[in-house]
Amino acid sequence: MAVTLPGRRTRSPAPRTGGAGEPRPRRPRITWARATPYLLIVPAIAFELLVHVVPMVVGGYLSLIRLTQFFLTDWSRAPFAGLGNYRVALNFSGPLGSQLARSFGLTLGFTVLVVGLSFLFGICAALVLQRFVRGRGLLRTLFLVPYALPAYAGIITWKFMLQRDNGLLNELLVNDLHLVKDPPFWLIGGNAFASLVVVSVWQQWPFAFLMTMAGMQVIPEELYQAAAIDGAGTWQQVRHITLRMMRPVNAVLLLLLFLWTFREFNTPYVLFGPTPPDSADLLTVHIYASSFITWNFGLGSAMSVLLMLFLIVVAGLWGLWHRRVSRDA
Amino acid sequence: MREQLSFRVFRWLVLVPLAVFTLVPLYVMVTSALKPLRDVQGDFQWWPGNLTLRPFVDMWSTVPLAHYFANSLIVTVSATVCSVVIAVFASYAVSRYRFRGRGTFTGVVLSTQMFPGVLFLLPLFVIFVNIDRGLGFTLLYQTRVGLIVTYLTFTLPFSIWMLASYFDGIPRELDECARVDGTSALGALFRIILPTARPGVIAVAVYAFMTAWGEILFASQLTNSDTRTLAVGLQSYATETTVYWNQVMAASLVVSVPIVAGFLVLQRYLVAGLTAGAVK
Amino acid sequence: MKIRSLAAGVSAALLAAALTACSHGGNDGATGADDAGVTLTYWASNQGASLDNDKQVLTPELDKFTQQTGIKIKLEVVPWSNLTNNTLSAAVSGQGPDVLNIGNTNAVTFQSTGAFYPFDDAALQQVGGKDRFVASAFATAGTSGKPPTSLPLYSQVYALYYNKKLFADAGLQPPATWEDLVSDAQKLTDPAQKQYGIVIPGGTVNASMHFTFIFSEQHGGAAFDKDGKPTFTSAGMISGVKQYVDLLGKYHVVNPSAAQYTDASQSAGDFARGKAAMFMAQTSGINVLAQNGMTADQYGIAPIPAPAGGDKISSFVAGTNISIFKNTKHLSAALKFVKFMTSDAEQQILNKAYTTQPAVKGAPAAFTDDQQKLAVFTKILSDYSKPLPLISAIQAFQANVGGAVVALIGKAATGAAISDADVKAALDQAQQKMGTN
Repeated sequence: MAVTLPGRRTRSPAPRTGGAGEPRPRRPRITWARATPYLLIVPAIAFELLVHVVPMVVGGYLSLIRLTQFFLTDWSRAPFAGLGNYRVALNFSGPLGSQLARSFGLTLGFTVLVVGLSFLFGICAALVLQRFVRGRGLLRTLFLVPYALPAYAGIITWKFMLQRDNGLLNELLVNDLHLVKDPPFWLIGGNAFASLVVVSVWQQWPFAFLMTMAGMQVIPEELYQAAAIDGAGTWQQVRHITLRMMRPVNAVLLLLLFLWTFREFNTPYVLFGPTPPDSADLLTVHIYASSFITWNFGLGSAMSVLLMLFLIVVAGLWGLWHRRVSRDA
Repeated sequence: MREQLSFRVFRWLVLVPLAVFTLVPLYVMVTSALKPLRDVQGDFQWWPGNLTLRPFVDMWSTVPLAHYFANSLIVTVSATVCSVVIAVFASYAVSRYRFRGRGTFTGVVLSTQMFPGVLFLLPLFVIFVNIDRGLGFTLLYQTRVGLIVTYLTFTLPFSIWMLASYFDGIPRELDECARVDGTSALGALFRIILPTARPGVIAVAVYAFMTAWGEILFASQLTNSDTRTLAVGLQSYATETTVYWNQVMAASLVVSVPIVAGFLVLQRYLVAGLTAGAVK
Repeated sequence: MKIRSLAAGVSAALLAAALTACSHGGNDGATGADDAGVTLTYWASNQGASLDNDKQVLTPELDKFTQQTGIKIKLEVVPWSNLTNNTLSAAVSGQGPDVLNIGNTNAVTFQSTGAFYPFDDAALQQVGGKDRFVASAFATAGTSGKPPTSLPLYSQVYALYYNKKLFADAGLQPPATWEDLVSDAQKLTDPAQKQYGIVIPGGTVNASMHFTFIFSEQHGGAAFDKDGKPTFTSAGMISGVKQYVDLLGKYHVVNPSAAQYTDASQSAGDFARGKAAMFMAQTSGINVLAQNGMTADQYGIAPIPAPAGGDKISSFVAGTNISIFKNTKHLSAALKFVKFMTSDAEQQILNKAYTTQPAVKGAPAAFTDDQQKLAVFTKILSDYSKPLPLISAIQAFQANVGGAVVALIGKAATGAAISDADVKAALDQAQQKMGTN
């Protein structure tokens, strides 16, 4: 898979940003210089096609047919449903459609909360640990431990802590601190949403921490020194140097966190099983439960495609905003 | 360097709650791993009434933990290495070359981040089976190779994006200097760019590792009992008859020790990656 | 880019479909002659206390089979959480084991995929004939009128387990009617002591579906009519669901925390620790309770009572069946293996180990030494059980109705009062969701 090129001794001009180049002497069309970028991306393209693109297109095809248990062994025999599956999914007066819409709203709220909190925690922790020398390595490692734990283990520990009868949280609230008399439910009912957000943030914020921490490392030390000489206080340095220089990295990080959190499956599934309480019915589990478990793959694929379309819209909006911001920068 | 007092106060306001937030579940895990099952199922006790190391012994037999651990390590390390290598090459191309199709390439790569796993899981499975059928031997169906291929692809888009933006942050002048001295493009990549972008590379490697380490959905479909990874295997501690809470926590702690040790080591690289004054 | 990748994708899809279509028919039929040296892949279900335990129970039996026939078995024990999905993937891709276990709830669904080998009269003769099998167990193997694609292997029924000491201390007899059960439970409930009359797996979808079926049958209701159309909002269904939910919602004889139990084993734990005086579970509950530290002399078994005047239905016929993949390359070897597993001798050994009931008439039930329990379970299986609806959309039924009931229990646990109208609304929604299948 490694791209091996013969060691070149002669210098070749690196291609410059767009625009009209100076007239060059005629050369054969394919040169190493021209081919290099394409060769470099070939392995990435190959794997992306195999694992992401082709299966996705097949998945899209699945959304257009009525694929149930009768046609599992031979998809070509499944009746073509056109947009039938989509119509069922988007029929907001029917139970499936209305629940899908509600689940969508919940997931949106969940994603905004979790991404916001994770990012906030991450960047604050990265900021304060940037110059703090004593025990910094230990603290950084500690903060990354939830990320290092197998996802299932972390979630199952929280599930254990949130049990109504034997859980740590209720033990604390009811027996030790006497804040409430009747032990509340954390895994069913309205509180389930809060539990879901807390567990997700617990798992996710270390990643935001890691990325922002790495992003801060690349900022040259001189900038801070120069600013200090100019009389800038700590907060001003943070605002004008750290945050501004990290903006491109932060922008991408936020987008990716949004996309990933919106698609989150493991956490709600391990925490609540395939039938989550109404307040915590996230889209991916909802799609999984209302279609794949009932072996209605055509419908499930249609719902997944709708989910994807929404994310494409989000990414598109982000792209527009990003382009405008980059132009102004 | 002087720091404002408000910043120092802020520091403690941030660190203490976050440390508690992180530590409490870990404390629960550690103490539960040291309790007999009865105590774990009963009322919660802050400190284990009966300390025991039995869960650490039993956990190896209730579930083939060593086997799953080995599988996870093999799959995760391979996927990480491959992903980083492929991403480095692709990111270098995206960052340093303005080739035709560059926008399309990055667009398609980013768009894969919107694909819900549940949608392309079954088609991927079928494609693997058909490739194996075409090849005549089992390369991808329920093998570690199939899982490695899947995971490295999952982590590629983010890795490429991150690395490309890191590379973008490294001034072109560095490349130019190297080229003037007669180095090839790839040489510039290895000798100048990569060392400078080390924190980015390491962050991306950590991301790739952790993604492969914790992935559950695809692992449950693309493995059999020989190739099963930890992420799926740990669920087997919830048997038909009992949920062995203490053993699953003990197992999680044990398998995480090398990971956490790795993080401790990587601290230094993340810190030392500063390129003070890139262009001298 | 978009058009090119779309074209590539469509051709890939057609290729995939074509290849999966081509793969069927590559069967070398029942050549019978020399099967020695063949290796069969067998997916066993998790019947025992752990995957390892299953291996320990099965391996000596499989060795026995290899000695007798020369056919080797590659055993893989698949947890229930993965079995349905893995079977599904195998059916879709055409690549899977030769022989496998399935939960008998799914028998008809799998039959309708066409991916499993139908046991026609000739094949049934090879395993000893249809009449060897317990009639009610055999009825679960497939829809009538078509050859079944699975054969019963381990049978189970639901029964009421009651704590002998708690009952004796309160001077109570095991309940004969549902009303008795409720009043017994009320006498045995003391929330201050965290003692409750009965525990139910309130968050478990499949158990909720099971109890819905049992209790609605007791009220003479049916989930599906003759044509297979869902009739979830019939009076019997509503009464049945209400009967179940009322335990928690109206009579408060169930610990509200039970609404969180997504695993049936969690309610077994409560019963084993004496936190609940009764619980309803399948025959394998004996094994589960033993694993949780409760010996057979500490509890008694009774059929789940019906309301006075209701139909005496106590259970549905639960269990595990064995199937052969249509794509197998070793059909005759697979048939020999199925014959072995359903033989009287093996049925006795395996059912004893797993505390389940034999599916063949020739093997006496031996899953416990307690004769009274044996007698009760056997009677429930023969007299008080009905098979679940034999429809291919059973998965959807379970997910939609089971899910609706779990949601109702959750609401009851958090303090809401559940009325008949609430139950009807929930069942109506579940029924509408069925319509999309």
